[in-house]
Amino acid sequence: MLQAVKNGIEKIKKQRFLFEELVKRDFKKKYKRTVLGMLWSLISPLMQLLVMSVVFKSFFGAGQPHYTIYLFAGNLTYSFFKDSTYGGMNALMQNAGIITKINLPKYMFLLSKNVASLINFGLTLIVFFAFVAVDGVPFHVRFLMLLYPIICLIVFNIGCGFILSALFVIFKDVQYLYDIFTLMLMYLSAIFYTTDNYSENVQKLFYLNPIYVYITYIRHIVLDGYIPGLATHGLCLLYAVLALGIGALIYKKYNYKFMYYM
Amino acid sequence: MKKIELNNVSVSYIVGDFSNRGLKDVVIQKLKGQSTAKEFVAVKNVTFAIEEGDLLGIIGTNGAGKSTLCKVISGIMRPTEGTMAVRGNIASLLELGTGFDPDLTVRENTFLRGAMLGYTRDFMNKTYKSIIDFAELHEFEDRKFSQLSSGMKSRLAFSIACLVNPEILILDEVLSVGDGAFRQKSEKKMLEIIKGGATTLLVSHSLEQIRRMSTKVLWLDHGKQIAFGETQEICDRYEEFLKTK
Repeated sequence: MLQAVKNGIEKIKKQRFLFEELVKRDFKKKYKRTVLGMLWSLISPLMQLLVMSVVFKSFFGAGQPHYTIYLFAGNLTYSFFKDSTYGGMNALMQNAGIITKINLPKYMFLLSKNVASLINFGLTLIVFFAFVAVDGVPFHVRFLMLLYPIICLIVFNIGCGFILSALFVIFKDVQYLYDIFTLMLMYLSAIFYTTDNYSENVQKLFYLNPIYVYITYIRHIVLDGYIPGLATHGLCLLYAVLALGIGALIYKKYNYKFMYYM
Repeated sequence: MKKIELNNVSVSYIVGDFSNRGLKDVVIQKLKGQSTAKEFVAVKNVTFAIEEGDLLGIIGTNGAGKSTLCKVISGIMRPTEGTMAVRGNIASLLELGTGFDPDLTVRENTFLRGAMLGYTRDFMNKTYKSIIDFAELHEFEDRKFSQLSSGMKSRLAFSIACLVNPEILILDEVLSVGDGAFRQKSEKKMLEIIKGGATTLLVSHSLEQIRRMSTKVLWLDHGKQIAFGETQEICDRYEEFLKTK
């Protein structure tokens, strides 16, 4: 009994060590060990934000107070999703040499990639709050509720990463299809426009898009000054659990089959 | 107690041109009604059992299924048919260079590779210096891995791998690496581990090595088990077989 507990602790220690080393590796590779590398990944969403806010402000921002924050909230969420899932998609193939030679839990490779994206997201989030302060949006205790959609989004990203990485192992053109998909998703997520002008039924259709749901939650908290209803909470959770569930099932089913395609 | 037991184990691969296949190709194949996927049986009906402390030599020509068998026993693949029991923690060294990243330094790679082999951080902190000592890479600790010569790379790889202390050790053509002096040093080190009581599976093309070290031998040919048992007798038969080819 004592031995079993001891073995269990030992196993967790080893897995933690491996996980930490993988995170370090992915982080160093992503930013090429330069401070500027990290800075770039911050600058890129900011430049995007700048261009979008200059170009779209007079078209879409007329009726929207704090349009820059509105835009930022959308872009922030979407960029995190995109960055995280692109990294996740490559997680298995990039480590094919290891997977076919050493018996390690495959999800480790995906999770370590996600940590790198998460750090990036965290930094962008700090900049976001700086913008919120500068733009004169009052801070409120309600902001703590932002943790809910963010945690759901993290889980959702991991789930999508599972699914994509598995698909990418089996179908090598998934990356091109995913390029098209993310582009369409960007236009469908109401990042730079509001859905107010659509009929009520069309507005409801937007909720089929998980990214839109997460963005909307964040906007309600920061800009509209209220915590969304129970239905929105349910939807956030549902999408996250669904993605993770499907992803985990695929990994379980194909665990030993991936290597045939590598 | 039997450490490793295989009963009628068969392993098949799905083969075909998968490496560049996309969704588009799959749809086209489906429409045409042709599929490139075929089943290839790499290991057929292998049955053997070895006891604690045994050293099983696995011999056979290229493509005999030796590496596949090692992968199955390591747990990377699963047998398609038959049953298998492996008792004890396994260290499997199928390819010493696996997991090294060209962009990381020697130091970073040492820790990364150590983590993949299932060592703990404490253990690595304690043994890091002796790894570098053994690999003779003092001046290169902060160099990028890609800047090392291939001899240095395999020396580092071996030095990390040879710290394993498993109940079951699987060695696929990794017993002696490097050149001259290091080759002798590495073989001696491996022998120490094996003599330390590990049950070992050894794949080698050096029949002399197999004769000298093995307590049992398994001979595979095109995935089929030709013989399992006494070392000298089977090695003699295998040598005869090689001559007739």
